[in-house]
Amino acid sequence: MLDSTPGPRSDEAPLLQTVGLTKRYGTFLANEAIDIDIWPRQIHALLGENGAGKSTLVKAIYGLIQPSEGEMRWLGEKMVLSGPSEARSRGIGMVFQHFSLFDNLTVAENVALGLDGKESFKDMSARLQEVSNVYGLPLDPKREVWQLSVGERQRIEIVRALMQNPKFLILDEPTAVLTPQEADQLFVVLERLKAEGRAILYISHKLEEVKRLCDTATILRGGKKVSTCNPKFETAASLARMMVGADIKEVRASAGRQVGIPRLVVNDLNLEPDDAHGVRLEHISLELRGGEILGIAGVAGNGQDELFAALSGERPSRDPGTVVIDGIAAGHLSITRRRKLGAAFVPEERLGHGTAPRMRLSENALLTGHAASGMVQHGFVNTAAMLLTVDRATETFDVRKAKRDPEAASLSGGNLQKFIVGREILRNPAVLVVSQPTWGVDAGAAAVIRQALLDLAANGAAVLVTSQDLDELAEITDRIAVMFHGHLSEPMPTADASREKLGLLMGGSSLEPKEATHAVRA
Amino acid sequence: MQFVLEKRTERSNTIALVSPLIAIGLTIVTMSILFAILGKNPVAALGVYFIDPLTDSYSLQEIAVKATPLVMIAVGLSLCYLANAWNIGAEGQFLIGAVAGSWIAVKTQGTDAGYWVLPAMLAAGAAAGALYALIPAICKTRFGASEILTSLMLVYVADLFLDYLVRGPWRDPAGFNFPTTAEFDPVATVPVLIAGGRLHLGAIIALIVVAAASVLLGRTIKGFEIRVVGAAPRAARFGGFNSDQLILLTFAISGALAGLAGIIEVAGPVGHLQPGISPGYGFTAIIVAFLGRLNPIGILIAGLFLALTFIGGEQAQIAMKIPLDVTKVFQGLLLFYVLACDSLILYRFRLIFASRQVSRGTG
Amino acid sequence: MELAEAIILSVLAASTPLLIAATGELVTERSGVLNLGVEGMMIVGAACGFGGAWLSGSIIVGAVCGIVAGTLLSLIFAMMTLGLAVNQVASGLALTILGIGLSGLIGAGFVGERITPAAHLHIPGLTDIPLVGRILFGEDAFVYLSLALVVGVWWFLYKTRAGLILRACGDNHTSAHALGYPVLRIRMYAVMFGGACAGLAGAYLPLAYTPFFIPGMTAGRGWIALALTVFASWRPGRLVIGAYLFGAVTILQLHAQGAGIGIPSQFMSSLPYLATVIVLVALSRARTGGSTAPAALGTVFVPDR
Repeated sequence: MLDSTPGPRSDEAPLLQTVGLTKRYGTFLANEAIDIDIWPRQIHALLGENGAGKSTLVKAIYGLIQPSEGEMRWLGEKMVLSGPSEARSRGIGMVFQHFSLFDNLTVAENVALGLDGKESFKDMSARLQEVSNVYGLPLDPKREVWQLSVGERQRIEIVRALMQNPKFLILDEPTAVLTPQEADQLFVVLERLKAEGRAILYISHKLEEVKRLCDTATILRGGKKVSTCNPKFETAASLARMMVGADIKEVRASAGRQVGIPRLVVNDLNLEPDDAHGVRLEHISLELRGGEILGIAGVAGNGQDELFAALSGERPSRDPGTVVIDGIAAGHLSITRRRKLGAAFVPEERLGHGTAPRMRLSENALLTGHAASGMVQHGFVNTAAMLLTVDRATETFDVRKAKRDPEAASLSGGNLQKFIVGREILRNPAVLVVSQPTWGVDAGAAAVIRQALLDLAANGAAVLVTSQDLDELAEITDRIAVMFHGHLSEPMPTADASREKLGLLMGGSSLEPKEATHAVRA
Repeated sequence: MQFVLEKRTERSNTIALVSPLIAIGLTIVTMSILFAILGKNPVAALGVYFIDPLTDSYSLQEIAVKATPLVMIAVGLSLCYLANAWNIGAEGQFLIGAVAGSWIAVKTQGTDAGYWVLPAMLAAGAAAGALYALIPAICKTRFGASEILTSLMLVYVADLFLDYLVRGPWRDPAGFNFPTTAEFDPVATVPVLIAGGRLHLGAIIALIVVAAASVLLGRTIKGFEIRVVGAAPRAARFGGFNSDQLILLTFAISGALAGLAGIIEVAGPVGHLQPGISPGYGFTAIIVAFLGRLNPIGILIAGLFLALTFIGGEQAQIAMKIPLDVTKVFQGLLLFYVLACDSLILYRFRLIFASRQVSRGTG
Repeated sequence: MELAEAIILSVLAASTPLLIAATGELVTERSGVLNLGVEGMMIVGAACGFGGAWLSGSIIVGAVCGIVAGTLLSLIFAMMTLGLAVNQVASGLALTILGIGLSGLIGAGFVGERITPAAHLHIPGLTDIPLVGRILFGEDAFVYLSLALVVGVWWFLYKTRAGLILRACGDNHTSAHALGYPVLRIRMYAVMFGGACAGLAGAYLPLAYTPFFIPGMTAGRGWIALALTVFASWRPGRLVIGAYLFGAVTILQLHAQGAGIGIPSQFMSSLPYLATVIVLVALSRARTGGSTAPAALGTVFVPDR
């Protein structure tokens, strides 16, 4: 194990230590004997794949769950937390990945809920203004959260944590939802916090970011600590190896992909939001040819969900010409009719959208297969055909499961995603629209899925991928467009799409050298 | 010590089968305590409730007669509940079905109308029940109004409407001013299966309903749609299933079945239209649906069991002066226990003996 | 004018149980729990309230009995939906079915008995003011209590930290849990408050509205109270308007029946129920876009530990 962590001063003790920390769920070990030392004035990265145990560890440190074994020490003394409020009172702050905000309450109320309520609401509001000014994190205390962008919501989380004047701040995947430029601004704030003497635990799986920002990195894999090292002395590849435990098979596009006829065309698509919190789609046009993969980048909540609903037919439009599938106007057709035209869809949310969690895989095969796979005859379902799809998807995409036909919810994220993608690809679609294909999926499954998308395009299908992961888009797409506030930018060849260009578009700036126009969110 | 729920990775099929039995056991234990509090011998009372009705053929037939409407209504309700549509107004649909069918019986009274009368009555009952159930369903799908509240409100309306008819236009002139229609003609009466007995054709219809629902839910795409739309509405929309249509469909089916049960009850065991034709079948059927695990075969068994409690309750009132309301308490408790035990299918209960007891601050 | 005064007085009396029960349910729902058992808790509250008052001769004892009965029933509901994560709709129905049975059992001994109903306020001078005197200063204590309850709940929800936390639980239980709030315990208190109010509302009927107990005397008022929370968009102020509107419908149809306007009484009696349906439809329709219901209403929450 490397021990090249740069200089905690000898007069300082670690702020927080976990000693042999173990968390068990039934027979499953989410964390196994984890030792971590957190020092003041340091940004400590916690690296690991999805399911490596990062969230479990920070939940224990924040008092949300009780460790099964082992202990935590705060300034050298044993610490048992009864809950987050005790963690906060000791000086531990947390910025959640899935924000712990309340959509229908105001910013000030949200902040108040994260504090211990010892000051009056008025004093608190005044202090909120002060802290947000000092750190350059502007907020309007009177607005309700649902009106705010993702970046603004994160600001609430950070300001809320800072208002407790924490000695130790935990940030869970803070840049996952930010544009590269917004992330840069966040790093400035973090550097400043570090300079103020605070300790920071920074959870991420983005290696470049960790190398750039962090002083120490602890890598978790399968619930165990693999190593603690100085990320600045490591390469991205060596960090990745520690994280994944093996070299990941490289995804390879087959050479000489032919770009054919247009298979998916969108013409001036407009769509009103279906609830007050939604985004309006405006003048979306694109053309996607067979053999081509088009990526759509963008910060979450800029209309990607609405675009998926419009393309899939979950929300058909009045005008047939808005969506054309293989030359047939389909804008007014239902999702079932579009499937019959040869389109297939993979939504972002695996459980509850892509599958019914408490139903068997065979039934989930029927969910999308009933349209065109011979699973239904005269209104009666054919169980054998349903099981056959399960078996074929299992075989082709290496879906690991405990029995032949388990409930969808019992599969791990990666295996369920492989099943869902497999279920659609086995139907040999002409057009595949897929949202966040590898979100929250382990590296092995992600490679399988990306390869499957490339192979599908190689066979002549048109593939549209929406993703927030720019690396993923760079890896598999031919062209990239950016979604912002319900508008879609002109697609550019992936080779020309620098992170900076994409970042500007994701933040709503146009690429021409004029003043950025910030549209007002509805 | 702490009591927590832990989510199971897969639903437990064993518990799905035994949970209603555990629930019945717990209910019987609770009832024994209640009997003791009421100053009755629990063993004797339970005997009157659950054993005595099974020992003579009159009571056995009577159980089947009472189970008939319960099963028919509950099968319809189970479709709604599976689709996550909360029809709790089956009592009203039952009454409206009875009224609509009775209209034909009243209008053909004393004429030489032929054998078409009864089938027409049954069809009218089912149709009226379906239409009445569609009111809350349409309020839900068109306007987003809570179907729970609207369907229930319509029970009171149906009850008052029936009351008006039998006290007003349809009152039997020869009925000594009792609020009732005249006895229906033989062609307007559901035939009995055993001469001189009480068991009538409705029991056969109930069995057909159970069989049809089993096929619908287990073998057809429509049944699958109903189950998905309730279990995972967003996934159902992704599958291309229209939840509004399914709400209308399940409400219409359950209303039709409740209406059919209503007219069968009036044209069968009761023989005329009067207030109080239902001892709360429409509400008890909710319990039957859940006790039967929203499964048609399960509902058949559960319906027979709850019919037993009706008969047992009547006999206990006569034999031991136990108030009739005890039966309602029993049914309410049973539903609670069934729901609690169902929790075991998806969750595991676990007692955690924490080494320390810290009060959780409220922040 | 005599008639107008009498009508207003009876409207206030008819509205009070609706207002009390709906206020309790509003707090329950604001915490994210849908308790459909209001009718069951009310009817048991009525039986226990009457029993307590009849046995003790005290209206106050009766009211306390009603409150205790409603709270106990709501605890069963809390155990089911919060402790065992059971579906709230089904549990609420079970509570109503159980409550109707229990009230029959408890009230059986009291049917046919009468008590002296709750006294009306009398402040010499003020109460005797023509027209408004009796309306403003001549009500029974429950009427004033119900209005105080609404004001108190409004103050609690919007002006106190505890109220903010309760609303937060109703908006997003996952966030509230992540911030360390004991969601289930807060919801349990909210459910108990709802139960206490429903019990009191039920007790009002035999203690002040009619001085005797009859089985099923709540006659769907619990369900109407549930509809009122929707009508009020979960805001206490609007509850007052809604409750008095419904009270007015109930009383006016009674007066219309009395005046003999030639419409069968059953049709007039069904007006409050039909009005509920119409109001629910009209309001749901008027509300385009975002719903005003607490976002987490009716959803099951199982914390992971």
